[in-house]
Amino acid sequence: MTTMTIAKAINEGLRATLASNPKSLLMGEDIGPLGGVYRVTDGLIGEFGPDRVVDTPLAESGIIGTAIGLALRGYSPVCEIQFDGFVFPGFNQITTQLAKMHARSNGNLTVPVVIRIPYGGGIGSVEHHSESPEALFAHTAGLRIITPSNAHDAYWMIQQAVECLDPVIIFEPKRRYWLKGDVDVENPGPSADPFKAHVLREGTDATIVAYGPLVPVALAAANAAEEDGRSVEVIDLRSISPLDFDTVTASVQKTGRLIVAHEAPTFGGIGGEIAARISERAFHSLEAPVIRVGGFHMPYPVAKVEEDYLPDIDRILEALDRALSY
Amino acid sequence: MGTHLPSTEFDGTAVDDQREADAEAVMGEPPAQMVQLLGPDGKLGSDPVYSEYADKLTPDALRGLYGDMAAIRRFDVEATALQRQGQLALWVPLTGQEAAQIGSGRASQPQDYIFPTYREHGVALTRNVDLAELLRQFRGVSNGGWNPKDTNFHLYTLVLAAQTLHAVGYAMGIQRDQKLAAAAGSKAEVPDAAVIAYFGDGASSEGDVHESMVFASSYNAPVVFFCQNNHWAISVPTNVQTRVPLSNRAKGYGFPGIRVDGNDVIAVHAVTEWALEHARQGKGPVLIEAFTYRVGAHTTADDPTKYRPSSEEDAWRAKDPLLRLEKYLRAQGLADDAFFAQVKADGDELASYVRRTTHDLETPNIRSAFANTYAEAHPLVAEELAWFEEYSAGFAGEEPPAVPAGQAAAKAGH
Repeated sequence: MTTMTIAKAINEGLRATLASNPKSLLMGEDIGPLGGVYRVTDGLIGEFGPDRVVDTPLAESGIIGTAIGLALRGYSPVCEIQFDGFVFPGFNQITTQLAKMHARSNGNLTVPVVIRIPYGGGIGSVEHHSESPEALFAHTAGLRIITPSNAHDAYWMIQQAVECLDPVIIFEPKRRYWLKGDVDVENPGPSADPFKAHVLREGTDATIVAYGPLVPVALAAANAAEEDGRSVEVIDLRSISPLDFDTVTASVQKTGRLIVAHEAPTFGGIGGEIAARISERAFHSLEAPVIRVGGFHMPYPVAKVEEDYLPDIDRILEALDRALSY
Repeated sequence: MGTHLPSTEFDGTAVDDQREADAEAVMGEPPAQMVQLLGPDGKLGSDPVYSEYADKLTPDALRGLYGDMAAIRRFDVEATALQRQGQLALWVPLTGQEAAQIGSGRASQPQDYIFPTYREHGVALTRNVDLAELLRQFRGVSNGGWNPKDTNFHLYTLVLAAQTLHAVGYAMGIQRDQKLAAAAGSKAEVPDAAVIAYFGDGASSEGDVHESMVFASSYNAPVVFFCQNNHWAISVPTNVQTRVPLSNRAKGYGFPGIRVDGNDVIAVHAVTEWALEHARQGKGPVLIEAFTYRVGAHTTADDPTKYRPSSEEDAWRAKDPLLRLEKYLRAQGLADDAFFAQVKADGDELASYVRRTTHDLETPNIRSAFANTYAEAHPLVAEELAWFEEYSAGFAGEEPPAVPAGQAAAKAGH
């Protein structure tokens, strides 16, 4: 076991990938000598050189589009998008080309491109630097979407994403980049499958499902609820597409109540999809409607008021109260 | 025929004269001269750079270029007819652009990789793509239709210019393959290869073309950008896309830009061969603008009489790429009536094959769409497929209705 931050864990995961897979390479803006704006690629260009750690022109469509071409030639590119809100110039390449190439080719071609996107708010930044656009990508068949909440997952997920034959988007919880945790670099253990949810805390009265940056918030809420005598189960979704409904369903069949928390706006979000599926799968187990805790239907607000926008412990506890009031 | 004729002299139509005059006013210098070897009169000129390449074309190769152009034109006629008869949902005709496509495609080598738009039927022919397979997507039975690994001819891309970036990335992969092979001491296993990215005058306005040229230039990627300027992006003329000749844009990216007479198959072949050599030798990208004309409609859903005078089409028909090569072959004694009769017979046979095969193109099973969404197992896809199987099983033993239920109800007067 080694203790490291999430940012360092991704850095080590990328290092392990570059060392073991000669066809892997990193592409992105400022990822070379600077090491990326969050230093996630720190030191890698020195070890692997500019052909493997590629500082690209400032063009997101160009990054994704050329990564697709590299993948068609047999390479495994890992693209860094600098911030969530800057992915949209590359949205066309991701949704019309990357997601569809395998299907278009009737299965003859694979495009194992990985896209890393730091996402989420709480960093006091300017517009376009705090968004959670995961639902836009989850709605697109052909993509896989995962998001680590801790250093161990971060270390393994980046490597698993590169090994996957399908395109994978990794949403990295940027306000947790400096969150430290134990990493077993020898053995992924329960994290061997990046597309499975993890039950982080067992409980009997209600289930909270969260992912990425809100996982620590959900755990804190569950701990606070315990002081009030409530037993709350917490699930870290880990993968948004595919989504591990089996794990969530099993939990709800036990607890009868479900709260889904994410930073993204609730309308049209992942929480709505979970609510719909769980109401189909576990209708007779539900004691209360599935309650979503998320952002509002507005552009991500200015930094000075973002704490009013972001779900926090109290917002989750309020939802828990409502669920338990049925 | 002179050397490097300016396109104004070549073109002769009022519209193009005006465009070139505008370009000179905007740039403060005359527009780039156009490379032309075989003029509309069927006489072969010379060029200080490209004649050397043209001279390599043997009589057999020249006859082959003619045969390919005639074959793809006949194919185009047949596919248009199939669309009119309801056998294809849509067709994208190429007539008028045969020289640009056959000339460039025949200049490529097997190890080169081609990224087409959706009109490169002529290039497909040169890459040995089964032309019946090409019709799959227009019949609605596939969004691809062939395996690009068999021919190094990528699938058609309908989102304009998206493929130009794929081409540059692919070329960046070739560069890395060569370095990896060199590091492993096995250079011989990786032949020098280049990539061709096709796009049109309309797509030249897309941001992806700009980004692809920036990336190609930054990394000195072995890619040839082949722009067929066919003068019309559906109904919008080229001067809405650009005020300068498209080939001039290469200057801004720092690599050569060449305008070639796109109806002169010899010049197109020579220029493309030069550009591919340039790229394979590690000298970086090249932009070729093939100055040509889409004689027919954009697609079978289009009506050119609404946006351009037929006199313009007539003026371009006078510069027909097949006619001028026929004149040359006959004048040089390289082909006779028997040759042209054989070409026509071959074309009819191809048309017959395509017609026959199109009727037989198999409608796929929706299960293949489930199977090909992801390369690895996916629980949601599996769950939805299982539901579909169960749902479908509920209809087992029932005869499919002769007409859809709604129509049947309408006929019954409900």
